[in-house]
Amino acid sequence: MSNASMPETTRLATNPVRWLGRATLAVLQEVGELAVFFLSVALASLTPRWYPGQILRQMVTIGFYSLPVVGLSAVFIGAALALNIYTGGSRYGAEQFVPNIVVLGITRELGVTITGLMLAGRVSAGIAAEIGAMRVTEQIDALSTLSARPTRYLYAPRFLAGVITLPLLVIIADIIGVMGGWAVSVFGLGFDSTTYLRNTVDFVTTEDIAVGLIKAVVFGGIIAIMGCFHGDRSTAGATGVGRAATFAMVGAAILILAFNYILSSLFVELGL
Amino acid sequence: MSPPLLMLQDVRKSFGAKPVLDGVSLDVAAGKSLVILGGSGTGKSVTLKLILGLLRPDSGRIVFDGDDITFSQGKARERMRARTGMLFQSGALFDSLTVWENVAFRLLNSERLGRKDARDRAVASLKQVHLAPDVADLRPAELSGGMQKRVGLARAIVGRPELIFFDEPTTGLDPITADAINDLILEQTRALGAAAISITHDMASARKIADEIAMLHAGRIIWRGPASAIEASGNDYVDQFVHGRAVGPIQPAL
Ligand SMILES: Nc1ncnc2c1ncn2[C@@H]1O[C@H](COP(=O)(O)OP(=O)(O)O)[C@@H](O)[C@H]1O
Ligand SMILES: [Mg+2]
Repeated sequence: MSNASMPETTRLATNPVRWLGRATLAVLQEVGELAVFFLSVALASLTPRWYPGQILRQMVTIGFYSLPVVGLSAVFIGAALALNIYTGGSRYGAEQFVPNIVVLGITRELGVTITGLMLAGRVSAGIAAEIGAMRVTEQIDALSTLSARPTRYLYAPRFLAGVITLPLLVIIADIIGVMGGWAVSVFGLGFDSTTYLRNTVDFVTTEDIAVGLIKAVVFGGIIAIMGCFHGDRSTAGATGVGRAATFAMVGAAILILAFNYILSSLFVELGL
Repeated sequence: MSPPLLMLQDVRKSFGAKPVLDGVSLDVAAGKSLVILGGSGTGKSVTLKLILGLLRPDSGRIVFDGDDITFSQGKARERMRARTGMLFQSGALFDSLTVWENVAFRLLNSERLGRKDARDRAVASLKQVHLAPDVADLRPAELSGGMQKRVGLARAIVGRPELIFFDEPTTGLDPITADAINDLILEQTRALGAAAISITHDMASARKIADEIAMLHAGRIIWRGPASAIEASGNDYVDQFVHGRAVGPIQPAL
């Protein structure tokens, strides 16, 4: 059989080099489009005109309604962290470091990553589904014809709400996470409450907290951008909107983990 | 003869390898009503989106009131959109806003009218489409399909446009509601003295609201004439469409 007469998929399957080339190009194009989308939204967020009502509404949706999810995740992570550190520490007779390592792990790493990942599911997918539904019901076209640019009216408020709200949520997650570790240590492992809390407060530095909050700003941006980007590109039909939500969630989660590593190494370089 | 309000010259548009419009030329004079007929998926909605700048043509020219707006963006595009109104196929009402905020959207967000004045104008606009003031505070989801079309129409006319686009205004409505919408379209475009471009595959609607009819098929306008000539067009494609026959030169899109 000649190459030309084979169906497209067969031809690609029998030629892995071509397949790899195609896939690479598709990924590069997607990254390029995402970068352009991010820049236009960031620019719109930094310049007037702003829609304060929209920003406020998004802050409530993203922030306030995420409190239960974030609080529950943080308390369990803090509790599990304390248990593991206790077990590991006891091998060296270093159990007394539980409060120090819990607060370090929560503020620099776990509070913000867990919050980011939970919001990738709750918020990023939610934004993608909402924007996707607006795209396929022509509401986004309608916005344009009524002289409101979707980038300013829909996407910039979500982006701003994301980068403002995530740090606030992370502060709450940090506190609740530390309290989860404290509760397990005091009620389960026999720590003295006052000593535990004093060790926590004495040990944690402004830098530890700042590292988490800087990451939170970045993650907040990722969550909002991925939701808007995939919603905006959503195609018609029930599956189109569902796919947009899935892509947004998975994409945001992967980017969050990747940027968590990048930022962590950057902070190490900077000695933070 | 006065120059046309809107003119399309040899407009082409493909999506990927699929050509949708293959050289469409059209024009409509101020105050006149043009209906574009065509089967499902022939590119009727795409034509309107190209005119409104929601999509960009591959080539060709689109001229509005003497200005070339083919690729215009920013201020020039805003000026054009401020002088036009659009009733979307799916209504496209914003479900997070109330009915009156939908109708007054342009007034609130673009013309920066105060909420009280904007609401008054929205209610007046709703009254013109025969909707009572008490629907003003409902959400679009609480309305029937026919009422949503009316709200969409109220939103399209509230800015006193010179040209209104109707994308399948009667699709999905029962014949009685559809006829009421046709009446409203006639009534409101006449009251404004506005030109209209309507796209439809509903012959009853076309007969009622058209001054002129054009037929879009295979990416081109294959026939155009006064509405009164549609029965005797002498064109096999138009005849098949007008009489709704499965057999003829047009293959049913199955
Ligand atoms: N944004 C788009 N991207 C890709 N294809 C599109 C897009 N919009 C429309 N099309 C395709 O163009 C063709 C014409 O669509 P449309 O103008 O909506 O048809 P209709 O005449 O029923 O209004 C369809 O085959 C549709 O799939
Ligand atoms: Mg259509």
